[in-house]
Amino acid sequence: MNEAEQVHEVRLTVNGAARTASVPARRLLSDCIRHDLHLTGTHVGCEHGVCGACTVLLNGAPVRSCLLLAVSVDGADITTVEGLAGPDGRLSPVQQAFAECHGLQCGFCTPGFLTTITAGLQAAPEPTDEQAREMVGGNLCRCTGYQNIVAAVHRAAELRREHEGAAAVPRRPGPGDVR
Amino acid sequence: MKPPPLDYSRPESLTDALRTLADLGPDGKVLAGGQSLVPLLSMRLAEPMHLVDINRLADLAYVTRADGQVLVGALARHAEVLASSLVPAAQPLLAKALRFVAHPAIRNRGTTVGSIVHADPAAEMPAVLALLGGTVRVLTAGGERLVGARDFFLGVLESDVQPGELVTEVRFPVLPAGAGTGFAEVSRRRGDYAVCGVAALIALNDRQEIEQARAAYLSVGPCPRVLDLTEALAGAPADSDRLPAAAAMARELIHPEGDIHATAEYRRHLAGVLTERALLEALAEARDRGSADFGRQPAGNAP
Repeated sequence: MNEAEQVHEVRLTVNGAARTASVPARRLLSDCIRHDLHLTGTHVGCEHGVCGACTVLLNGAPVRSCLLLAVSVDGADITTVEGLAGPDGRLSPVQQAFAECHGLQCGFCTPGFLTTITAGLQAAPEPTDEQAREMVGGNLCRCTGYQNIVAAVHRAAELRREHEGAAAVPRRPGPGDVR
Repeated sequence: MKPPPLDYSRPESLTDALRTLADLGPDGKVLAGGQSLVPLLSMRLAEPMHLVDINRLADLAYVTRADGQVLVGALARHAEVLASSLVPAAQPLLAKALRFVAHPAIRNRGTTVGSIVHADPAAEMPAVLALLGGTVRVLTAGGERLVGARDFFLGVLESDVQPGELVTEVRFPVLPAGAGTGFAEVSRRRGDYAVCGVAALIALNDRQEIEQARAAYLSVGPCPRVLDLTEALAGAPADSDRLPAAAAMARELIHPEGDIHATAEYRRHLAGVLTERALLEALAEARDRGSADFGRQPAGNAP
């Protein structure tokens, strides 16, 4: 083992922006995001892959950032909880649903739920109750008892459909429209 | 909960990876998905070492079918194997068992080959490989060897991979017509390691009688345990009510140990219950696959 730890350059695209960090091989992605990139929205709970609080999207798929070495995902596209809201600060459908359904209390686990569900609804846009529970089955919350989180999954699916519907389907002209 | 200082290499080709592993010898440790290795490092249960990161070897991220085998490359993530369009027909047990492997976020990064090499007695994929009698392909800078599942698992977290070697592929035999599989397990919470788990395989003959039945057990010993349960079921019709006899036989044959998760007695009880459930699922699948292969009976010509 070298006396001085060898440092590796890591290039990441984080929430759409190119970022670089110089890290030792042992730097966990969760620590790289928080300490090197100063994005403290990603929370670190158990640090061994059980609680799901540190979940981020790696090339669009949810992963535990505490179970990855930053150097090993060099070149990847990462989305953290900071990247979910719109550029104008408007809440994403999943964030909006959590607010509406009281899907959080202390909020510590919330970043992991938000990223997990964001990806989950892309895979299953109209989840059954079973699918909604399976979606969040790997994330621990010690406050809510999960009922409101599952409700938020369904509400988020509704909001997504509304957003997409509003964006994709041109509104029909109505009687009140001025031509 | 941080890993110790580590040396690190990230080879860009299989040749480079094998050369690096050969040079490092016992100091080299392969990093693929890292879903077991990284927490072991964080908890300081694994010694400081030189990691050889194979995540750039994109050629190893395959799931294909050849010569009666489903071939899974060392960089195929669990999620990719689960989503593979060839798996449901070629070897449905893979998909059934993969749904029990941790959570989707773990399956997105963890590899099926890595799980087998890691050889956790509570993990699903080693038991599946053992039940099906699959093969592990091990490469060195100098050559290749193929190891059968029976010889591959040596003990708790110990598999037959020597310093300088890289497992590049695992091969699961394709499920023949008239055969079916089942998987059942009990864990404390969804996605946890199993307190006990059973993978089962039943083969029917062309008279739709049970010709062969076996089951593999996880979390009941240091290595996946495969039991031949044919004696309890041979010749029974495909709608058999004799499955409890096979479950009783399994309870007699296994010798689980107790730990903080479950007593030995409770594990034995679970093994019996889960054997019956997994066999029931396997029998149903065997009937379905049999009839699909032999074609439908013409109407009015029922036996």
